[in-house]
Amino acid sequence: MDVAQLKRQLFAYTALLFHEGFLDEQFTQLQQLQDENNPDFVVEVVSLFFDDSERLLNELAKALDQQNIDFKKVDAHVHQLKGSSSSIGAQRVQRVCIAFRNYCQDKNVEGCLKCLQQVKHEFSLVKNKLETLFNLEKQILAAGGSPPT
Amino acid sequence: MESSKGFSSPQSHAFPAGLRVLVVDDDPTWLKILEKMLKKCSYEVTTCGLARDALKLLRERKGGYDIVISDVNMPDMDGFKLLELVGLEMDLPVIMMSVDGETSRVKKGVQHGACDYLLKPIRMKELRNIWQHVFRKRIHEVRDIESLEGLEGLQVTKSGYDWFDDGHFFSGEDMSTPTKKRKDLENKHDEKDFTDPLSSTKKARVVWSVDLHQKFVKAVNQIGYDKVGPKKILDLMNVPWLTRENVASHLQKYRLYLSRLQKENDLKISYGGMKHSDLNPQDAARALSHQNSINFQQNDATNGNLRFSGNNLLIQNLNSKSNEIDARGTIITEKSGTGISHSLSPLEKEMKFAAFDGITPRSYPWREVPEIQFHQENAGNQPEDCFGRMAVPMGGLQNHVQVDQPLPITPISSRAPLTESQLPNPIETKPLNVDYAISSFTQASPVKTRIDSFPVPTKSHTGNQQAIQPPSINTPSMKNQGFNPSCITDLESSRSNISSTATESPFTSPDEVLQVGWLQDYSTCLGLQNIELLDFGDPSIVAEVPLHLYAALKFDYEQLSDQSELPVINQGLFIA
Repeated sequence: MDVAQLKRQLFAYTALLFHEGFLDEQFTQLQQLQDENNPDFVVEVVSLFFDDSERLLNELAKALDQQNIDFKKVDAHVHQLKGSSSSIGAQRVQRVCIAFRNYCQDKNVEGCLKCLQQVKHEFSLVKNKLETLFNLEKQILAAGGSPPT
Repeated sequence: MESSKGFSSPQSHAFPAGLRVLVVDDDPTWLKILEKMLKKCSYEVTTCGLARDALKLLRERKGGYDIVISDVNMPDMDGFKLLELVGLEMDLPVIMMSVDGETSRVKKGVQHGACDYLLKPIRMKELRNIWQHVFRKRIHEVRDIESLEGLEGLQVTKSGYDWFDDGHFFSGEDMSTPTKKRKDLENKHDEKDFTDPLSSTKKARVVWSVDLHQKFVKAVNQIGYDKVGPKKILDLMNVPWLTRENVASHLQKYRLYLSRLQKENDLKISYGGMKHSDLNPQDAARALSHQNSINFQQNDATNGNLRFSGNNLLIQNLNSKSNEIDARGTIITEKSGTGISHSLSPLEKEMKFAAFDGITPRSYPWREVPEIQFHQENAGNQPEDCFGRMAVPMGGLQNHVQVDQPLPITPISSRAPLTESQLPNPIETKPLNVDYAISSFTQASPVKTRIDSFPVPTKSHTGNQQAIQPPSINTPSMKNQGFNPSCITDLESSRSNISSTATESPFTSPDEVLQVGWLQDYSTCLGLQNIELLDFGDPSIVAEVPLHLYAALKFDYEQLSDQSELPVINQGLFIA
């Protein structure tokens, strides 16, 4: 595949992600922040997000696994996850977090567990999609193309 | 995560480029993004993942940062707490951030002193303009200085929030020609302002480390909260590099802090009882009479001694003739209705105000003010004599304190030439932990001061009424004599704009005017509102009054003669 084709693919793919709500305007902001000083800025930030979120998801699973669930703690984690996901524009994850927090406030165990599953699912989805996106970019670079703007 | 940066001196580039920003956020993703965004704005960025690291950095590198941006939710410390500490110790503008935009949270941020509250996700354009907060602060500081200069004989120093020494009150030597100073300062201001507002117009910022603050608090306690003043504290602290100005501005903040604490406490206190639980033992001990009552005394008191302590304004009117009303339970309750817009949070420490020596208020009915301590001086037989001094400071409270309820003032004895005016607005006697310096004053007209929980007496029209800070007290005559320097010192820290409807007779003591101005400043600092200024009818008094009081003094001299005095309310608000 030549560079032009790759670029078109990348462009289409990104548009799709936005369209499906996996990413929002914040992601564009990140892309705009990337410059020659930080050529891998977006990848770095997203990697940070992945790591931090995985940690949070583990904490959440642990907290909800307790006999006596500490909803405040759960809520705090969800709040953090919400903040993180907003940082890269992971819109769908963020939305689930909002619902999740409501269940926490209601101390609804069922609801919380359900949300945990949902948020895990959304997280893995957006992670996959972003990884695909980054791969495309890498290919473009490897094929000699200029970094995507 | 913490990226250390070399200590930077004030930026040499064109402002706002090079603005030194400290970002605190436990979210690593956001920290990275914010760092990048701020760098793109040409700011100098330092990041911290923990609040305690941030504090450490701020304390170690005094003057090394211009502004702090912090997240609200952090694991090791509440963002609001960090906000307070930064404001207190370093006096830097702080911006809060959160993904949670609930009104209550934003409100809390503002209450704790945040200069802005950003919602995540944060866009770069929002960060571009954060320099305005730094700029604004500088401008205000300069403005404070200039306004101080505006008054005759006011000696102004160049740092912001400059409060005068106790000594200034009594010595005339400090009164230098205002014009020269003003010009100097203006020149500085003009040339620096737009090119480099962050430059050396101000002295290097002092960072109040925990140790330093401890020394400060110790000194304050030693001196006695009610007697405290920048110079005394400075002497006791024995820190060679610290200036009086540093101490003064810190004292001011400390008072605000305490007052806010008190206010929070007050909310739990029922009327009629003062809770001193938040007072440190020393303060509590100092409160002379922790009563929430004000002794109303009718005039001719030789020394109206209002003692204001932490939550109580206790007015002990030494007036022999006064009707002492122990309004403790009653008056306080009456005051509940006061719509004080801002509550001057009770001061943790008792402050002695207005120790007027020799004033014997003649038949000044006293409004109950929880522990307002001051001496009422009765300069003469004219009811007017009484309030001048106190009234003055009240003026400052104008915009902040408004007493809407009429104070239950004891009917003035028949001796009082003035007709007693009912106090239109009872002053709320909520156990304000505000220290009021209330001088005896006669009130010629109802006081319109609305003080949140100030037990400010409303005006009474009797000449010998001692109203505690009724904003629009008509004091037929105000005579403040024997103004107690310490009171003034205390008053210094609180500005209140008290508007008075004018006193009948000119104040005999320059201190009165001084106090008004002082109160004005104080209330401004405290953010008090709706306290009408006390107007003093005698310009001559102003001239004699220590300069710094003029700061926020708005006088309508013509009115002075018609107005009753406003009590000087000294609020010792500390921000602990």
